Amino acid sequence: MYTDENMLASIEKVEAARQNNAVLEPKRMDADEKDTLLQTFHPDYIQNQFAKLEIGPNKGEKAPLELVDLLQGKSRVKENQFNLDNPDYDVDVLIIGGGGAGTAAAIEAIGTGAKVLVATKLRMGDANTMMAEGGIQAADGPNDSPAIHYLDAYGGGHFAAKPELLYKLVTEAPEAIQWLNGLGVEFDKRADGTMVTTHGGGTSRKRMHAAKDYSGAEIMRTLRDEAINRGVTIVDFTAAIELLLDNEGKAAGAVLLNMETGEHLIAKSKTVIIATGGAGRLHYQGFPTSNHYGATADGLIIAYRAGAKLLYQDTLQYHPTGAAFPEQIFGALVTEKVRSLGAKLVNKDGVVFMHPLETRDVTAASVIRECKERKMGIETPSGGQGVWLDTPMIELKGGEGTIERRIPAMLRMFSKYDIDIRKEPILVYPTLHYQNGGIDINADCMSNIENLYVAGEAVGGIHGRNRLMGNSLLDTVVFGRDAGRNAALHAKDVKVGKLSLHHITKFEEERTKAGITSETLSPKLLPSYTHKKK
Amino acid sequence: MSDKMIDVFFFGKKYKVPENLTIMTALEYAGYQLVRGVGCRNGFCGACATIYRIKGDTELKTCLACQTKVEKDMYVATLPFFPLVKQPYDIEKITPSQAIMMQLYPEIYSCVGCNACTKACPQGLNVMQYIAYAQRGEFDKCAAESFDCVMCGICSSRCPAGISHPQVALLARRINGKYLTPKSKDLENRVQEIKDGKFEDFIQVLMNKPLDEIKKLYETRDIEK
Repeated sequence: MYTDENMLASIEKVEAARQNNAVLEPKRMDADEKDTLLQTFHPDYIQNQFAKLEIGPNKGEKAPLELVDLLQGKSRVKENQFNLDNPDYDVDVLIIGGGGAGTAAAIEAIGTGAKVLVATKLRMGDANTMMAEGGIQAADGPNDSPAIHYLDAYGGGHFAAKPELLYKLVTEAPEAIQWLNGLGVEFDKRADGTMVTTHGGGTSRKRMHAAKDYSGAEIMRTLRDEAINRGVTIVDFTAAIELLLDNEGKAAGAVLLNMETGEHLIAKSKTVIIATGGAGRLHYQGFPTSNHYGATADGLIIAYRAGAKLLYQDTLQYHPTGAAFPEQIFGALVTEKVRSLGAKLVNKDGVVFMHPLETRDVTAASVIRECKERKMGIETPSGGQGVWLDTPMIELKGGEGTIERRIPAMLRMFSKYDIDIRKEPILVYPTLHYQNGGIDINADCMSNIENLYVAGEAVGGIHGRNRLMGNSLLDTVVFGRDAGRNAALHAKDVKVGKLSLHHITKFEEERTKAGITSETLSPKLLPSYTHKKK
Repeated sequence: MSDKMIDVFFFGKKYKVPENLTIMTALEYAGYQLVRGVGCRNGFCGACATIYRIKGDTELKTCLACQTKVEKDMYVATLPFFPLVKQPYDIEKITPSQAIMMQLYPEIYSCVGCNACTKACPQGLNVMQYIAYAQRGEFDKCAAESFDCVMCGICSSRCPAGISHPQVALLARRINGKYLTPKSKDLENRVQEIKDGKFEDFIQVLMNKPLDEIKKLYETRDIEK
């Protein structure tokens, strides 16, 4: 229930225009309009928010200020601090990260008979996968094909995706859905088994498969259950803080940190999979985030220090609809499915200012323009701003009960603050959502460091410079499975040499040579939200 | 942030915090660096199961700390871990009948109908009802009734019969998703078509076009209504 007078006055205008707005088919932008909009209003184009990397494999390229600080940060350990000859764990495959990609990898890896260890910073399943709401793409409809899926994703990502990675994503998508369904993941289906599918921003076919608006949670809890069923060894509340290389420079394990006791543990392995997810909790440019508490780009940091090359580390995804009000859920995700089901974006005068299903970067930039340049946003009591997402349109279009049936989590999230999204619009503003960039890999999921595999959001290049809705849940499954299988099969031929942390000494020398004096310890591990009292 | 400050008690110790914060943000405002009892911060992961009582009231209440606002004179204790019973099974080999529940989770038949589980659920689910469906092998109903479960485990902490409700529900949902709901014919066909290489030429032709042509195709593609 809204009480602020300005907001109430604006809501009246939204209500008055609702019938007309609901049936309106707004024009889509052409390529030039989109380019100009992005360059003027998308946060990726604000030059002073980026800096050049002075050391490491991507020396000379730019990255967000907060990431540069961590990539060029100081290690939390010293080269000769540990006896590496008596590791605490000795396995075939070490998986760092227990989200969707890491867990899918674990299931496939153990399926080959490999000895698998999953080390995860928080609990297994505490990850962005769990929070994915809207759905997962796969071109299985009769009017669809992997080629059409490819074109949508390639164009949506500004033609920057690595073709071999995108090819894998779209051609393995239907099988990924079948695999999930075979594990018992519940998808929204009609009585005859036909999948209920919707559009996402930038899709040309309705290929979004969902489990209501708990799609990621449903996938994650099933994968976690399956990993436990299969006997995967899981060490939780244990972060990886450095990679271990062997004397030939190949990945061969990691230094782990028990987050609660501070104890260090040495994990030796034949192959390593980084599946550490994204970076939302670094709060680039001061944005709020829809990300999980642990999303601090740890995998990118330790891989970079060991010599892994990053790709598109300068491109982030700002989800156009983060909650802007009430304050308690500031930045929380309002799934794109709300727009797929028919809700439009509306300014303070009740005017629809864009097509609701443009790609995410274009939509986010458009919302920012509406607020910053056109001054048509709605001010919130805490000094922020946003535009309306007119959710009652969904019921106008789909009939009463649509919201409860299709987006129950959204209904629940807002009802806790006495806002009934069936009757009232909600206020939204872009929120930091996804790291488009990450570690560069080949089609086998291996990085430029031998035996170091990467899957999930920590990978760069699958989606190019912008990602479509429903393609990240998909990539965690497709690339998670592939990485797990490849790492486990390859491990059969690996003989690990003498373990070493010499690369962190070399990195420290590079820091000194480049004159970098920052005392920032990295990886960051957790954001600090404690009150800064004097 | 609100200017109005209220007294709350974390683990028995008194702090002054702004009245509009959630329990989780109030803990951080007070100076706690959270490691356990925090997860997605958005009501999806169930990591922040929390128990509280209001001064002067004897009733112990339960909630998710990321989804609940602080109240004046609230006594709060977070619950960092629930040792729920999770029975291992092979999803390919189980039969989707009531017998599987009797075999894996026989304690559900000791339910005394006290409804403490339902009263404790921070998601507002009818927990006792979904356990009743599980007892009868009505897995589709159990799946639907339990779908919004975030597996925080609070229900189990209140159960006199020792039932691990979230695990029972997860088994029911997996059985329902795999065995009871009909398979998608489109999906089966498409997987086979891809295996047979039916789409390979289309995608190779597309991928091998010059960038300008791909861009033009993208800008002029027809979009399903």
